[in-house]
Amino acid sequence: MTLLEFCQWVQFSPPLVAMRSSSWLFPVIASIHLMGLAMIGGAVLVGDLRLLGIGLARQPVALVARDAERWLIAGLFVMLPTGILQFMCFATKYYFLKFFWVKMISLFLVLVFTFSVRRKIVAMADDVTSSPARARLAALVSLSLWTTIAVGGRWIGFP
Amino acid sequence: MFPIVLTVHVLTLCVLVGTSMMVDLRLLGWTFRHVRVSEVVARLLPWTGGGFLLMIASGALLFYAAPVLRYQNLFFRLKMMTLVLVVVNAWVFHRNVYRKVADWDMDPVPPRGARVAGGLSLALWAIMITLGRMIPYQVYWFK
Repeated sequence: MTLLEFCQWVQFSPPLVAMRSSSWLFPVIASIHLMGLAMIGGAVLVGDLRLLGIGLARQPVALVARDAERWLIAGLFVMLPTGILQFMCFATKYYFLKFFWVKMISLFLVLVFTFSVRRKIVAMADDVTSSPARARLAALVSLSLWTTIAVGGRWIGFP
Repeated sequence: MFPIVLTVHVLTLCVLVGTSMMVDLRLLGWTFRHVRVSEVVARLLPWTGGGFLLMIASGALLFYAAPVLRYQNLFFRLKMMTLVLVVVNAWVFHRNVYRKVADWDMDPVPPRGARVAGGLSLALWAIMITLGRMIPYQVYWFK
């Protein structure tokens, strides 16, 4: 089974056909997805602004990042299931959209980056000898990847 | 042009609702419990304010693209009413509970009035997001 055949199989399986026949289910799932966007957006912004030396700058990076990461993970628990459901509804449409794949690759990259490199930089950031430039670079990488994901999300939603 | 403005409107959600949510969660005592409430408000609310202005500007452009259609849209009307409630809630909070913030600034869990304001704000944002997302669906529901 190719990936395209898999997308066709998902989109036209009975539960998904039933889901699409509802006029309100898709927009409700999309709304919950947007609430997750706000939550991830807030968590990422507060953490990355701190790495840039803005926002909650009087607090240690590690403390701000620890609290922010909890809400980032909570946001992912909202985002991923609602995102997967939306993909399943129109899988064959997304398969052919370049921006969908850009979004997925960026999502993969940002998750790996956040929970490995960024975490390490956060852990070192309060050390007086650590480089502020490295913390800023990590924040900019994180912010640009998340922005790409958010723009991609809006862009693939147009009919 | 319309898709670009709409994308800006949706992305600003992260700044406006994202930062507001962090302040609301602090008011509920669910996050940044070791940070003074006044510090969270002073440091994050300017971002919420900036996001609010960008939201109003991009939202006004989206409205201007189809004023009659939007005005007739039930979800748009409800969304605007919710927006008024959001502003009233923030105003009441700042005029009342927040005036005496010095008394509870360090409390991990702020007093009831502050928690109610934070909870209301979160609920109103969730309603506004849902109503906003529903705007294009009116044609499917009410033929």
